[in-house]
Amino acid sequence: MNALPAMLPETTTAGGFLLVLTLILPFVGVLAALTLGGRHARRVAMLAIPLGLVLSLAIVVEAVQTERTLVYLLGGWAPPLGIVLRADGLSAVMLLTTAVILLAVALFAHADFDTPPGTREARRPFMFWTLLLAMWGSLNAVFLAGDLFTLYVALELLGFAGVPLVCLDERAETLQAALRYLLFALLGSVLYMLGAVLLYGAYGTLDIALLAGLVRPEPAAFAAAALMTVGLLAKTALFPLHLWLPPAHAGAPAAASAVLSALAVKGSFFLVIRLWLDVMPGIITPAAGQLLAAFGAAAILVGNVVALRQKRLKMLIAYSTVAQIGYLFLMFPLAAGLSAMQLPNDPAVTGGLLQAVSHATAKAAMFMGAGLIYATLGHDRIADLAGVGRQLPMTLLAFALGGSALVGLPPAGGFLAKWLLLSAALTTGQWWWVVVMVVGGLLTSAYVFIVVMRALVTVDAGNTPKMVVPRHREAVVLALASLSFLLGLAALLPVDIVQIGRPQPFAAGLP
Amino acid sequence: MNVPTLFGLCGAVLVGLGLYGLVVSPQPLRKILAFNLVGSGVFLLFGVVARRGAALGMGGDPVPQALVITGIVVAFSATALAVALVLRLHDMTGAATLAPADADEPPVA
Repeated sequence: MNALPAMLPETTTAGGFLLVLTLILPFVGVLAALTLGGRHARRVAMLAIPLGLVLSLAIVVEAVQTERTLVYLLGGWAPPLGIVLRADGLSAVMLLTTAVILLAVALFAHADFDTPPGTREARRPFMFWTLLLAMWGSLNAVFLAGDLFTLYVALELLGFAGVPLVCLDERAETLQAALRYLLFALLGSVLYMLGAVLLYGAYGTLDIALLAGLVRPEPAAFAAAALMTVGLLAKTALFPLHLWLPPAHAGAPAAASAVLSALAVKGSFFLVIRLWLDVMPGIITPAAGQLLAAFGAAAILVGNVVALRQKRLKMLIAYSTVAQIGYLFLMFPLAAGLSAMQLPNDPAVTGGLLQAVSHATAKAAMFMGAGLIYATLGHDRIADLAGVGRQLPMTLLAFALGGSALVGLPPAGGFLAKWLLLSAALTTGQWWWVVVMVVGGLLTSAYVFIVVMRALVTVDAGNTPKMVVPRHREAVVLALASLSFLLGLAALLPVDIVQIGRPQPFAAGLP
Repeated sequence: MNVPTLFGLCGAVLVGLGLYGLVVSPQPLRKILAFNLVGSGVFLLFGVVARRGAALGMGGDPVPQALVITGIVVAFSATALAVALVLRLHDMTGAATLAPADADEPPVA
């Protein structure tokens, strides 16, 4: 047994109660919505989500001001006996992103999932708002939980909230997509739990901070790392475990697709970051990092090429998600490479997380835009998009801005993320990932260009819209897309929020 | 061979059988049963870990036992949700299969 790193016993920090409130608020909302019934579920959500945004802003401010991780010990019991909530820079950024996107989605979905007075209470709006709150709560739990078993429960909750969202429209193909999603998610979580058992058996704790000091390169730890990583990859839909994603995300209603594509896959990705960078940085071999990024590279190429061949807009966006998930995994060999060179790994980590945030905002805007296009035209065939530019100018602009954020044009968030990843790749001499990123960017720009050009074609015979979309819904989509496009200006911020609470000289101390 | 090792090996066999079923059998109901088999294997391993980590004079380490209870609840709800989806699918199409209805869909895993 090696000595624990010199670490003071953790105590609840000032502002720790914010973490509890952030965790409780969505679930109180779920219970309130269940009790009050479908007629009030929307009101509950519209009340809770802005409150949650304020809470997550407060957490970010607190973390920036104190420049350390926020901690809350449940019941005052320190780990390994108790359970701890932690919010470092990574968590704070993801909490804020989640709250912002949920607010946008809620404003967008306001009209779709409405129960006007005088009509019978329907199942669809009730389910949507309750599940939206449940998904928000489980995401917050994923970002805040400090031990691997709480993370397992949070991950399962995330799946249980996501699966019914897929089949809100009870059509046979969406039910099939939901079932396939659930089976992949179950396989993923059971593998994750198997890994957690092995870790507990070997080290006697599941707390992330304690495990980080205990994990040694030995068979039990390697087996646990492999099982947990594969399980999480199935949930994140990294190639070749991505087959469930396109039908599930494309079949859901637009607002649900936006949440699933922007946030649900990020939950399990966040856990991969935690696992690889926080729990077991000492035992990850360079070959493992290269393998993970190779899957990511395959996802980028396959996802983008298949996206180019899609005939329906929502399927195209869903396959684009498959490709963008690939980018997220390029950070691992780059972070490992920087650490191996005794350099701080923050360009790779910040770049990876920024890519996640940038994709989340851009993809949510694009899915909601596609929903508006579908509502206006009554279909989303890419070949027949002509005239959309005239009918929905703001939506098309939002789609183009979101698309350029995915491609990585300055000043988009995707540009800054890819810049950081590219510079990390060049510093560590891993030029092959540069090639992948550049080719992926070109393919992405090709399909964004095709859609925008098709939609800009004017038609003489003015086609009558099936439904007139209110301007404020377009404005929400445009606002989210603009946010994604301007995210690159985060480089001008005085502090790198992501790096708060990250143990920097860690790599130097470990074998 | 002592008892924890025997139970550990049993757990490993259950996990292996379940994973095989989950990957190979095409019917959703069989996949759900296979998932439960994997789950049982993992729970058995939890029991083994609890027994091996027991302090002197105690029957077992209580933490893994508490985790198993949570795990069983989660697996139960997952099974219920999956069966509900299969039933709804059967009501709707008359068949509970994951095979895509039209050729545009990607192939099933």
